[in-house]
Amino acid sequence: MSALIEVKGLDKAFGGVHAIEGLSFSVEAGQIYSVIGPNGAGKTTLFNLITGLYTPTAGEIKLNGENIVNIPPNKLAERGMCRTFQQMQICMNMTALENVMLGRHLQLKSNFLTTLLRLPSLLKDEADCRDHAIELMKFVGCGDYIETEASAMSYGALKRLEIARALAAEPKVVLLDEPAAGLNSVETAELEELLKKIAAQGITVVLVEHDMKMVMGISDHILVINYGRKLAEGTPEEIRNNPDVIAAYLGG
Amino acid sequence: MLKSLTQHRLSGLALLAIIILLVPAFLNNPFQYDMATLVLIYATTVVGLNLLVGYAGQISLGHAGFFGMGAYFSAVMTSRFDWSPVPTLILGAALVGLVAYIVGRPILRLKGYYLGMATLAMGFIIYITLNNEGWLTGGPDGMPVPGLSIFGWELSTFNTYSFLGMEISGSLAWYWLMGVMLILGVWIAQNLIDSPIGRALRSVHGSEVAASVVGVDTPKFKNLVFVVSAIYASLMGSLYAHFQGFITPESAGFMESIIFVTMVVLGGMGSTLGVIFGAALLTLLPQLLADFHDYEMMMFGLILMLTMIFMPKGLLPTTQAFIRKKLHKKAEDKA
Repeated sequence: MSALIEVKGLDKAFGGVHAIEGLSFSVEAGQIYSVIGPNGAGKTTLFNLITGLYTPTAGEIKLNGENIVNIPPNKLAERGMCRTFQQMQICMNMTALENVMLGRHLQLKSNFLTTLLRLPSLLKDEADCRDHAIELMKFVGCGDYIETEASAMSYGALKRLEIARALAAEPKVVLLDEPAAGLNSVETAELEELLKKIAAQGITVVLVEHDMKMVMGISDHILVINYGRKLAEGTPEEIRNNPDVIAAYLGG
Repeated sequence: MLKSLTQHRLSGLALLAIIILLVPAFLNNPFQYDMATLVLIYATTVVGLNLLVGYAGQISLGHAGFFGMGAYFSAVMTSRFDWSPVPTLILGAALVGLVAYIVGRPILRLKGYYLGMATLAMGFIIYITLNNEGWLTGGPDGMPVPGLSIFGWELSTFNTYSFLGMEISGSLAWYWLMGVMLILGVWIAQNLIDSPIGRALRSVHGSEVAASVVGVDTPKFKNLVFVVSAIYASLMGSLYAHFQGFITPESAGFMESIIFVTMVVLGGMGSTLGVIFGAALLTLLPQLLADFHDYEMMMFGLILMLTMIFMPKGLLPTTQAFIRKKLHKKAEDKA
């Protein structure tokens, strides 16, 4: 298998603080790949670098073998990368369904003229988009919220809604930043099932997560970072038994 | 049945058409017709501005600049170069759209107060230019504008016309023309909102980051809506110039920009019918309270403040929510 995401010598400094330092790793296609580390280790910074929200100070990031540094987030979405956020980014001025339909932005073919005159091709496109979005909402377990305003939804439902929106773009890889944060154990178990189902569809899942039970349970590969550097990398089994990881993070 | 009717996407448009058809029955003299026409002109302008402010969440404190540019382009070209009014106002709108595109590219990267300041400055530059280039624009004294001739008809508020055997005064003809323009403007705005483009615009308001990671080219959409709203303003500025027959740089001034924004905020950001209501209220109120003319600006400021504090969603959406709640309660009481 070839590497879907390849990171080499990645560096990000905010003034004098090195949030990410000399980090290299690669994510194989089809994996569930987890990034773990203590608070402030640079996990979210790493996600922001990969998804184009930050520009690296040094190093390179490749998606499917192509360099993606300095490419804006919306262009990365076109290349099949989508993400969710630790601080959820939901459009609260829209309904739940509209949020997911927004995820299909790139799949829609309408142009300015068909929009202004509301031509039949636009209506058909929209109807397909709507059906697809409803299907996805059911897939992630938000089927009851279709016409609900996003601002009226619960935290747990919004978390799943954000995943649905990311999937709507038909990505090759989704990056999920702490999807289980703030969820109770039942919701976490549901999320775990959902992530397995997503991976089973051939979508690569990159995860930042604190819930060790879930990480150990579903990951194919785990990267541990601390102070912006790689601490360890390997299968859940290897990570569990790594003395450095135990000392820095898992607690001995 | 009633529910499906009220929830249809064009129900608001139908209601608007009915109101526009009925209003003349309550108007008695040319002055009242002219006021109604003015309401329609401002309403169409703020329907365009609302796309930018209410839906895409971007502020413009210089929109009267675009209104003024359209007005002066029509005024100068038709009076000094004898251009035909209709092609002129279309060409003017295209030029203003181009200016908005060029100006919008850099300034729409700014957010919040900074965007407010940049658009404010843009408005001032246009205003000052119109004031200073007296050889072309007549300077602060303003300039006269020929009537609007359509297919050889000279549409003037002083004439009367016969249409299908009926006598129609010039004022009434203007009212109908602008009524049609408002309906058209609302229809186009509604089509834009109920579409993937509209969804992208609202997502820029809701969460710009979320929009960008699902592939929305946010700078492009912000610029698009800025251009569209500028074109609305320019077209209405041109028609305003022909309608009034005389314009001054004040129509492009800062106060005018603030009034446009106040119309949007008071009526209800993101509510097309709401902003029309806002436009009607703020156009007619100064007429009703003509005695307090000296305090007009203070009053607008007060209205803006009170709206923001007590009904941040605007007059119409707040009233709608109130009525819906009452009806809901009634239904519950019955059950």
